[in-house]
Amino acid sequence: MPQVTLTVNGKSHSIEVEARTLLVEALRETLRLTGTHVGCDTSQCGACVVHLNGDSVKSCTILAVQADGGAVTTIEGLAAEDGTLHPMQEAFREHHALQCGFCTPGMVMSAIDLVNKHPQGLSEAEIREGLEGNICRCTGYHNIVKAIAAAADVMQGRSPEVAHAAE
Amino acid sequence: MYDFAYHKPSSIADAVKLLSEDPDAKPISGGMTLLPALKHRLNRPTALIDLSAIAELRGVKQEGGALVIGAMTKHVEVATNPLVLGAIPALAKMAASIGDTQVRNRGTLGGSLANNDPAADYPAAALALGASFITDRRSIPADDFFQGMFTTALEPGELLIAVSFPIPEKAGYAKLRNPASRYAMAGVFVAKGGQGVRVAVNGAGPCVFRQPEMEAALAANWSPEAVAGIHQSPDDLNSDIHGSAEYRAHLVTVMAKRAVAAA
Amino acid sequence: MNVTIPFEGIGASVKRKEDLRFLSGRGQYTDDMNRPGQLHAWILRSPHAHARIDGIDTAAAAAMPGVAAIYTARDIEAAGLGGIPCGWQVTGKGGKVMAEPMHPVLASGKVRHVGDPVAVVIAASRAEARDAAEAIEVAYTPLPALSTMAAALAPGAVALHEDAPGNLCFDWEIGDAAATDAAFARAHRVVRFETTNNRLVPNAMEPRAALGDYDPNSGEHTLITTSQNPHVIRLLMGAFVLKVPEHKLRVVAPDVGGGFGSKIYHYAEEAIVTWAAARLKRPVKWTAERSESFLSDAHGRDHVTTAELALDKDGVFLGLRVATLANMGAYLSTFAPAVPTYLSATLLAGVYRTPAIHGQVKAVFTSTVPVDAYRGAGRPETTYLLERLVDVAAKEMGLDRLEIRRRNFIRPDQFPYQTPVALQYDSGDYEATLKGAAEAADLAGFEARRAAARARGRLRGIGISTYLEACGIAPSKLVGSLGARAGLYEVANIRVHPTGSISVFTGTHSHGQGHETTFAQLVSEQLGVPLSQVEIVHGDTSKIPFGMGTYGSRSLAVGGAAMVKAMDKIIAKGRKIAAHLMEAAVEDIEFDRGTFRVAGTDRTRTLTDISMAAYVPHNYPIDEIEPGLEETAFYDPKNFTYPGGCHICEVEIDPETGEVEVVAFTACDDVGRVINPMIVEGQIQGGLAQGIGQALIEHTAYDADGQLLTASFNDYAMPRASDLPSFAVSTATTLCTHNPLGVKGCGEVGAIGSPPAVINAVVDALRDYGVTHVEMPATPLKIWSIIHGKSGAESLPAAAE
Repeated sequence: MPQVTLTVNGKSHSIEVEARTLLVEALRETLRLTGTHVGCDTSQCGACVVHLNGDSVKSCTILAVQADGGAVTTIEGLAAEDGTLHPMQEAFREHHALQCGFCTPGMVMSAIDLVNKHPQGLSEAEIREGLEGNICRCTGYHNIVKAIAAAADVMQGRSPEVAHAAE
Repeated sequence: MYDFAYHKPSSIADAVKLLSEDPDAKPISGGMTLLPALKHRLNRPTALIDLSAIAELRGVKQEGGALVIGAMTKHVEVATNPLVLGAIPALAKMAASIGDTQVRNRGTLGGSLANNDPAADYPAAALALGASFITDRRSIPADDFFQGMFTTALEPGELLIAVSFPIPEKAGYAKLRNPASRYAMAGVFVAKGGQGVRVAVNGAGPCVFRQPEMEAALAANWSPEAVAGIHQSPDDLNSDIHGSAEYRAHLVTVMAKRAVAAA
Repeated sequence: MNVTIPFEGIGASVKRKEDLRFLSGRGQYTDDMNRPGQLHAWILRSPHAHARIDGIDTAAAAAMPGVAAIYTARDIEAAGLGGIPCGWQVTGKGGKVMAEPMHPVLASGKVRHVGDPVAVVIAASRAEARDAAEAIEVAYTPLPALSTMAAALAPGAVALHEDAPGNLCFDWEIGDAAATDAAFARAHRVVRFETTNNRLVPNAMEPRAALGDYDPNSGEHTLITTSQNPHVIRLLMGAFVLKVPEHKLRVVAPDVGGGFGSKIYHYAEEAIVTWAAARLKRPVKWTAERSESFLSDAHGRDHVTTAELALDKDGVFLGLRVATLANMGAYLSTFAPAVPTYLSATLLAGVYRTPAIHGQVKAVFTSTVPVDAYRGAGRPETTYLLERLVDVAAKEMGLDRLEIRRRNFIRPDQFPYQTPVALQYDSGDYEATLKGAAEAADLAGFEARRAAARARGRLRGIGISTYLEACGIAPSKLVGSLGARAGLYEVANIRVHPTGSISVFTGTHSHGQGHETTFAQLVSEQLGVPLSQVEIVHGDTSKIPFGMGTYGSRSLAVGGAAMVKAMDKIIAKGRKIAAHLMEAAVEDIEFDRGTFRVAGTDRTRTLTDISMAAYVPHNYPIDEIEPGLEETAFYDPKNFTYPGGCHICEVEIDPETGEVEVVAFTACDDVGRVINPMIVEGQIQGGLAQGIGQALIEHTAYDADGQLLTASFNDYAMPRASDLPSFAVSTATTLCTHNPLGVKGCGEVGAIGSPPAVINAVVDALRDYGVTHVEMPATPLKIWSIIHGKSGAESLPAAAE
């Protein structure tokens, strides 16, 4: 069986997989990182989005062997060692951008890539268009869009931190 | 997915050798179409030949009046490449509209063209721009390359190396997306350049095709109004729950107008 | 009364307790769990809509690598398993009870829809199980497909079930036919309207999964499953299918990734893995692929309805007559018979004073996936019917769309209001929500926006829907008399621990609704303890006394009320303990936000003092009361709750392509008292997305052979972010009068009120084309076909008039 070396959330792993093993299967079943989900079998829902070498990819549509030697970041790898959330995670919480939580890891990973690739900032329309590859059935996207806009401001230095609205 | 052998050659020669040795092996580039098909067990290759380690298959360069784009160049790279943005902005814009961000981060120009999905975007661009398909053994003009649904002039084991896009004076693309799959329900790429005016239609028929009436009209008068009155025949167009052949035929005219306006 | 709203209590938009685990990838969904020695199941499903099974040869498959077992109907029957039960028996005209054909765990003798499970392979890995399933040879003799209700009801149609002649499940009626006829006889005008409420696939983002396990030492079966109601699954599966008593069957519904109704029902795969795990003495897991979800999760809606409205010369409604065909699919899913009847036809009065109503429903078996409750469950169907019908009537009568509604609204002073179709509404103010929405939507400025759109070459329209719904299901005695085979009360157990922290065990289930937060706010405020000291526990039959689960927007109205009742018992006991500790009379003890006080004095004890005394009863009225501070309450609702409101949609149509863009959507809803506004708004926004999806893009199509044409996200359009606008959501509250919190329910209103608002807007945008109706979904193809007077919509049901 092929041997694959992946750096996942900063840690190097050498694992044996079948050639047909998908990256998401290697993450969930071999490395037991179950934060990355599978919501469809036609590469559309985006619940499986992770970062591979800095780009968002659908881990259900890439073989583990194709990712050999790559650096993977999953939802489990976003928060700091001390538990401080990534600004995107924090913004999702602040703006109630998740309900059942199933699409959330992929949504967050896509959102971070979207913001990273638009250093000049994002309009609401650009955010909505940028979520083409992620389906959420719970939220109607309204709060996801708000959260991404807020996180972009923090990530790009326009706002010092996610405003903690007074409840 | 059925299991298969996996090879990752580092040169074109090695890849061609692997493919020629095993007629049931398949090359894989981004895998954006192939992997979903394999997951549904629609296909049973003995081996996948991963082309991603072959450096010579990637990149964009200008050669005379053409942009030569390596087959393994990703959609996102075409969409953001300064050479493409400068020389053929319509091609960059088209690439930026393929699928979603994650598809564009993996999917490649060569993979899309060699697959020749009738609803894919690249075939319309390549046909309208009069591109040449450079393989490991020859160069194929666009007019000969697209032969039918999921069928191209590539022979078994023949590898697409790069595609040469003549730089047009003007080009534009417009499409209407299928509300479910988000593939093109109908798209039109228009280009005016050294090969005259060329209009290619994707999504509407079983294979990308040229629209000669619109080409003639635009040659005489490059304006949206020139194509507004030209009706595409619905004969032989696709028909499904999302769009009848008649609707798709109508969209061809609408998208042609919009493509010209965008050019 | 001096009311101060605590920071984390009722009315505060507290951030959700559950978010941290979901945002960190530490949620625990069923497929995230694995048990040592676990095997994997793959279900072989029917490729035919309707066929006789002549034989199943599993020999080759059984010899494949990794295969542990292959089971077919023969094994299920030999083991004495029962069929999948239906939870509701409808009695039709003349006292005739519904036809209730056997729903086998694995298809027996016949398959009745594409996707019907035929065999299960259990193997070391999922891939090996699937490999082997492909090697099973099934000999089928195809029989005629019954893809539509029309085909199933056609004279001479083949019977899908021998015991359901004519493919009719039941023929049921409600209301007074004679009074309705009399109303029509004196009508100034009668308006007719026909429509199909399009069939939907729920598509919760988490595919269904089930993990069965068995402990041979205790004889206990465990099922971990993607369910909205683990106790209901334990009851249905244990008592009817596996015949395992409750004390030997534990059902766990952990984090569940959305349900929308589709995860209420007991499904065959749950029984298969639970049974197989015991047989093989190994855990067995099954997880659906999305393609299987399309073929095996209960679908929603699919009603074909004809309605007639009788009006007087002023547009006042005199009578309403409605006849509906309701598609049940191939088998009766758990609540299916209740959806078109008691959850739909009982809403035919809507927000109007229509004095005479008669409704009838014929439920039909077809060779399609079973149909059951999907977000809204019956109320969206009726709301759509009424709110389109009222618009059609306004147009025919030459009345303003708002004016005709206002002339017929039930007024605030008319509550409680008894409808002619069984329900008694307790409260509401439809004018208030209409006003709230109309102002927020700038209804007055619409014509200027329409003109501006026209200048841009786009057709702009606005649509209104004023609606109510009945939720918080439901009084057990009432539903029992209507055929429910269960009570619909809810259960709460509240355990105050010695040091004063609190565990709340609820029989409801949260799969996105935020119960861990909302319920904690409720308990925090009522008992006066910090939010961080309250833990909500749900989803495990071994921890929670009992419960009926989450659906029908019932969790707060019924489950929250049960908590209030349990807290009342805690406080009552606490007063006795406090009286003892402070040497006062029980009648003199007051309780307010965590403090017991002797009335009129400064002598107090905190809840923690009381809980400590209860568990360390050294100084305690031990002769009068038991130690400990834990109470259980069952709450049976006195009535349905009746949320309502007004939705206003504004669309723009591209006349060249037929694309419809929702450019603005405003909702003003009355959901009763709001505990957490942030969560309520989120629920409404999500419901709106599903309602807009139904109105514009979502559609389930079968071909004549019974093949599902929309069997993946490639053909079934799911709303994406770019399909939707930002929503303007607000609430205008009247309190529910019959539950202790005054709450009504917010989970479904978005999906109930919005579809007619969207279609009314689309029809309004097309007003210059003489269009009076557009069937859902209003796809680009359909709109273009209407504008251009072309055929082309025939592949979608019932093209526009």
